[in-house]
Amino acid sequence: MLEVVDLEVRYGAIRALRGISLTVKKGELVALIGANGAGKSSAMMCIAGALKAAGGSVRLVGEDITSGKPESIVRRGIATVPETRDVFPDLTVDENLTLGGYTRRGDAAGLAEDRAKMFALFPRLAERCGQPAGTLSGGEQQMLVIARAMMSRPKMLLLDEPSLGLAPVIVDQIFAMIAQLKAAGTTILLVEQNVAKALSVADRVYVMRLGRIAASGTAAEISAATDLSALYLGAEP
Amino acid sequence: MTFAIQFVIDVLSLGGAYALMALGLVIVYGILRLVNFAYGELIMVAGYTMFLFSGSGLPWLVMAAVAVIMAVLAGIATDYVAFRPVRAKSVTAVLITSFAFSTLLQNAALLFISPRPQTVPLPALFSQTVTIGGAITPLRNLITIAAAVILLALFALLMRRTVLGIAMRAAATNFTMARMLGVPANLIISSAFAISGFLAGVVGLLWIGRIGTVVPGIGLEPLLVAFIATVIGGMRSLSGAVIGGFLLALIDTTLNYTLSQDLLKFRDAFTFSLVILILLWRPEGLVKGPATGQRT
Ligand SMILES: Nc1ncnc2c1ncn2[C@@H]1O[C@H](COP(=O)(O)OP(=O)(O)OP(=O)(O)O)[C@@H](O)[C@H]1O
Ligand SMILES: [Mg+2]
Repeated sequence: MLEVVDLEVRYGAIRALRGISLTVKKGELVALIGANGAGKSSAMMCIAGALKAAGGSVRLVGEDITSGKPESIVRRGIATVPETRDVFPDLTVDENLTLGGYTRRGDAAGLAEDRAKMFALFPRLAERCGQPAGTLSGGEQQMLVIARAMMSRPKMLLLDEPSLGLAPVIVDQIFAMIAQLKAAGTTILLVEQNVAKALSVADRVYVMRLGRIAASGTAAEISAATDLSALYLGAEP
Repeated sequence: MTFAIQFVIDVLSLGGAYALMALGLVIVYGILRLVNFAYGELIMVAGYTMFLFSGSGLPWLVMAAVAVIMAVLAGIATDYVAFRPVRAKSVTAVLITSFAFSTLLQNAALLFISPRPQTVPLPALFSQTVTIGGAITPLRNLITIAAAVILLALFALLMRRTVLGIAMRAAATNFTMARMLGVPANLIISSAFAISGFLAGVVGLLWIGRIGTVVPGIGLEPLLVAFIATVIGGMRSLSGAVIGGFLLALIDTTLNYTLSQDLLKFRDAFTFSLVILILLWRPEGLVKGPATGQRT
């Protein structure tokens, strides 16, 4: 579904991504892990079109989408949930969801159906639907941005650190929901610091270090790898 | 009592015009964080369109509609000519290009039309007066109040009830995220300029209705008024701009009523002093803008 080849991202002189390649197949949940500053978010934002690529390519179902505009990338089927969450704080929960369905705004019936589906998956949001999103708790905001992204019926979902700053109980809930989305057939690329959690839901894993892919394999292989902490912490092998 | 009615009508009609002017400026500022210095020229365009059609024999309402459409087109043109080519590159560049576009339009008016005031056709209604509770007021003032009420209501409806309006509010707090949900950047920006032009066009008709003539520099005062009202209102919020407009009108009208003939010449100095006091008291403006940083 998604093929990234030798992707590079620079911030001025800083080379955040030094050529990474990865693939995500249809229906798969792939985790991207790595220490702080490894370049995971840069990779995700570049795929989403929010950052220009300095080299390499991104393909979605065979089509080249490298450095496309963010609005056309979501139209082609990649929905992104950034690390910063980015609910629209002054808009109500309902209005946030409306915008999530922006790409399908003609399809009122389908949108109503999806809204009901999201409220079933995240009952907390249904209770809060008329409330400004800025007044939600961190966990509720995370639920909202995931639900909002799903409103576009994406072929693929990019999730950047959904567990960031959340209490363990809420993290468990969020991961249960991610598992449900996967079970429903959603293709997911998940960036996570919480390695144990990521390995528990992922099919395959890429480990990033200093802007490169340092290791990859199935979740079982990576769990079994003895040098995982070395790879993860960035010590030279 | 008569006096009170007179005062209220004056404040509301001036405030309505100011609020619409401010709204037209802040709708673009909210999204691009850039002041459109060519905003006043949109009012000028509406005025000269009326002047150019004055001999056409068309009904006034048709001419007025054409004038508003021209202001909308000029608004969209501002985006294409002054903003879009340099928007991504530098803020300073956009400030300069919007200044340049403003000067260009003014000079075109000087060159191709005339530096002298030109008479604009006005409907007979504008010059009639009515008596309300003993207060005599030009009907024009009541028309201005009605236009302001209708436009503010329509605007609120657009921003709250339509997907485009919701998308524009979202883009004003977080443009990149809005784009990542599929909201096209160019559509949002062009819509903001079109709405800005629409408000300027309508305000232009009402504003020019007070004097009956148009000159190349007509846009300066509305730009200044819009800017001050927006600053008082907090620069970021749509409702703040409206409140700022009415407050500025309240200050101006109060000064008009209370200052002696000799001092009235210096009214603007008094107005600005009060504005400075307001800003010292509330440096952020009266209404906080969309809370971008709130719990995100
Ligand atoms: N806007 C920016 N300007 C300059 N450098 C940046 C910018 N954003 C990120 N970087 C740098 O790029 C590198 C990769 O950052 P990135 O945010 O992609 O890492 P990450 O793997 O997501 O880290 P974390 O786990 O902390 O979120 C870092 O060294 C960071 O300092
Ligand atoms: Mg990150």
